[in-house]
Amino acid sequence: MKKKKEKKSEKTGGNNAVSKKETAGAGVFLDISGLRYEYIRRDEENNVEGITTAVDDVSLKVRPGQFIAILGHNGSGKSTLAKHINAILMPAEGTVTVDGMDTQDAERLLDIRRTAGMVFQNPDNQIIGQVVDEDVAFGPENMGVPTKEIEERVEESLKILGMWNYRDASPNRLSGGQKQRVSIAGVIAMHPKCIILDEPTAMLDPKGRYEVIRAARALNETEGITIILITHYMEEVIHADTVFVMDGGKLKMSGSPREVFSRVEELKEMRLAVPQATELAWELKKAGLDLPDGILDRKELVKALIKCGRSDGRI
Amino acid sequence: MIRDITLGQYYAADSVIHRLDPRTKLVGTLAYLIALFIFNNPYVFALAAFFLITLILLSHVPFRFILKGLKPILFLLLFTVIINMLFVKGTPLFSIWKITVTEEGVKQAVSMGGRLILLILGSNLMTLTTTPTRLTAGMEHLMRPLKLIGVPVHEIAMMMSIALRFIPILMEETDRIMKAQLARGADFESGNLFKKIRSFVPVLVPLFVSAFRRANDLAMAMEARCYHGGKGRTQYRPLRYTRRDAVAYLILILYLAAVFAAGKWLSELATPWFKEMIGYAGSVSVSMSEVY
Amino acid sequence: MEEYKLIADHLTYSYGKGSGRERKALDDVSFVLRKGEFVGLIGHTGSGKSTLVQQLNALLKPDSGTVFFEGADIFEKDYDRKALRGKVGLVFQYPEHQLFEETVFAEVCYGPKNIGMDRKATELAAYAAIKRVGLEDEVFDQPPFDLSGGQKRRVAIASVLAMKPEILILDEPAAGLDPAGRMDLLSMIRELKEKEGITILMVSHSMEDVAEMADRLMVMDRGKLVFDDSPAKVFSHVEELEEMGLAAPEMTYILRDLKAAGFDVDPSLITLKDARDTILRCMTGEKA
Repeated sequence: MKKKKEKKSEKTGGNNAVSKKETAGAGVFLDISGLRYEYIRRDEENNVEGITTAVDDVSLKVRPGQFIAILGHNGSGKSTLAKHINAILMPAEGTVTVDGMDTQDAERLLDIRRTAGMVFQNPDNQIIGQVVDEDVAFGPENMGVPTKEIEERVEESLKILGMWNYRDASPNRLSGGQKQRVSIAGVIAMHPKCIILDEPTAMLDPKGRYEVIRAARALNETEGITIILITHYMEEVIHADTVFVMDGGKLKMSGSPREVFSRVEELKEMRLAVPQATELAWELKKAGLDLPDGILDRKELVKALIKCGRSDGRI
Repeated sequence: MIRDITLGQYYAADSVIHRLDPRTKLVGTLAYLIALFIFNNPYVFALAAFFLITLILLSHVPFRFILKGLKPILFLLLFTVIINMLFVKGTPLFSIWKITVTEEGVKQAVSMGGRLILLILGSNLMTLTTTPTRLTAGMEHLMRPLKLIGVPVHEIAMMMSIALRFIPILMEETDRIMKAQLARGADFESGNLFKKIRSFVPVLVPLFVSAFRRANDLAMAMEARCYHGGKGRTQYRPLRYTRRDAVAYLILILYLAAVFAAGKWLSELATPWFKEMIGYAGSVSVSMSEVY
Repeated sequence: MEEYKLIADHLTYSYGKGSGRERKALDDVSFVLRKGEFVGLIGHTGSGKSTLVQQLNALLKPDSGTVFFEGADIFEKDYDRKALRGKVGLVFQYPEHQLFEETVFAEVCYGPKNIGMDRKATELAAYAAIKRVGLEDEVFDQPPFDLSGGQKRRVAIASVLAMKPEILILDEPAAGLDPAGRMDLLSMIRELKEKEGITILMVSHSMEDVAEMADRLMVMDRGKLVFDDSPAKVFSHVEELEEMGLAAPEMTYILRDLKAAGFDVDPSLITLKDARDTILRCMTGEKA
């Protein structure tokens, strides 16, 4: 991440924010090839009781600066896949390369982890510090960043996430959405090129969900950070550049949100749903209305219906 | 809400005492406690009380907060005083029914009780003016020499600070699990002791499961943030001694010298007016000088 | 005549009394639950929902006001509150975190045994409850911890159902489940009302879920009960709901936008099916 002195605003994102997205895109940031991972269950005598293949022959590539979403129901292998990207899990077969580094290269472990930071599901269980700013400092401290620079990084990260006013607060007094923003700030302070968000909103209320997704989008758009969002909430992925859908450990679909959401029936078979507006559009289309495929939100649906109604002369 | 409780009872204020380096406070408290233990002498107690009251005034912590710390040991305090009064043999002062109170008994009771009070209030002042984080950092620093003999100082400090963060969360969780089991008809009150203990199994099992899950998650989150032990780690807020601390150490040395002098010679050399003055200044020990 | 199962009568409660940081969690809340109703309860985090539901089965005593169950005051000194908790079942958020027994069957037996059912009645009730939540026979002897997240949650719900509650209160029963798990669980809960006649009070963050399921909707905001009406009526107050940090279901927004654009649709509809029908009627029916 480039250091941006002028960016000290408390707001995350905004319309006048400079977009770095067009500069991103060349090369490959993340390359997963033929990845396979198995959980081995053992009984009390340590005999192998069964093997569950959590990730089965998955290959995908992510370009730097992209906003990627990985969708799948609980147990589809999406979280297992995510944990390979910052070397918490090691592949049984295949390779994972992050920014040119093989995750199995033990020498580069810390480099990999600070290049691809990770935010987890439970907001309570990933905050280490007893005070917000101390928690944000935890990563840089581990990396051996000099004290003066840690202070700068803590301030910068908390301001980007709009949590600077809470720097002296105890994490226990924050809302779920605020706690997740502190966790993201903790990763940002490590100056990563990529953030993996592993179901960051599963335990939050709608307001908290909105805060976290907005923060992730802002980081992608204004800081150019590659975002990999793991989720099962469909509404959260409509702004992604590419959506991957996993089922039974396998990669089943990939494409733009529009491409993926036009395959409503297949998604339903994979125990997923589509956003409400998409579902309504799909139902209306089934009933004979002339609507385009893969409508993503209510604005698009209303527009399409107005067009449809005008051509029919009904309004 | 249970989460609102603050562990370590920090009282936020901006005072000289608050701003002292935690190491200074730790060393000071330790020296203060040891001095209290070595000398069993009313002059020392008076001096200690005077010293403590001055520090409390400097700290801007209201007296009632400091005194709150006595609540948990109130029973122990009364117990000590009563046992000493009743069972120490010596010159009888007066007797009620079969119980005789002796001069030595009263002396012993006052000395033990006074010492206990000074002890608790002193360490309270430290925890009230130092955040748990700074306290842990201070301990880690002071224990550094122990690394040479293989004590995992960094790990102990890390464990302490994680415990401080998670205790309120686990307390809230206990409350929630207890309520959930009550909603399933559990009864934590009736029955004999054995039955009562058994009735807590449905609370303890989920609590342990949850604690392990949290520990697991936390370990993963720490790893993901490049944690690899204390090696090569820098600090966001390193401890730095300032001139303030030098002054504090100087005062501490003077205090210790005074205590030593008082403990050793004062009882023999002191003039009556000096005795009185000390007795007055240390209001806690007023009664003690009268006894003597 | 309507039968009131439960009456909440001017409930008030504050946290942190005497600490100088007192916070009112409930402020004069009154409502009734009628037999066989499905009532939704919405409100943003911290609006007092959780405090409220804990008072309905006497886990938390209100500062003032009381609750009547079948006409009796549940905070009376001699009232049998343990029996009450069997009749007014409460399923907490993430209820799988309270499991502790060695087998699913023993887990589900815990509740009925506690409220004094004999062994045979307990086992029959447990069996029926496990079946009722849609779990298969082979899970009976498995440790609950070995099951998947969705199954664990079902076990936890069964463990309350086994006490044969007449009212079932669920605090965000679908939180954290994936879309399909969510739908399965919600349709199971709907069946409890339809097939077993259990009165249901469901706390939810999803406007779509309560729009689909509830007969009546209660809205809480800063400790006060601000709406208590049919879902369609409640969701017509879109602006007020948004001020409280809530929203209307997606369908309401779509229909309002269409109405504003000149379509002859009914903007008071809240479910996907109704929205589809009104749009189709407007788009394919007789031209005006």
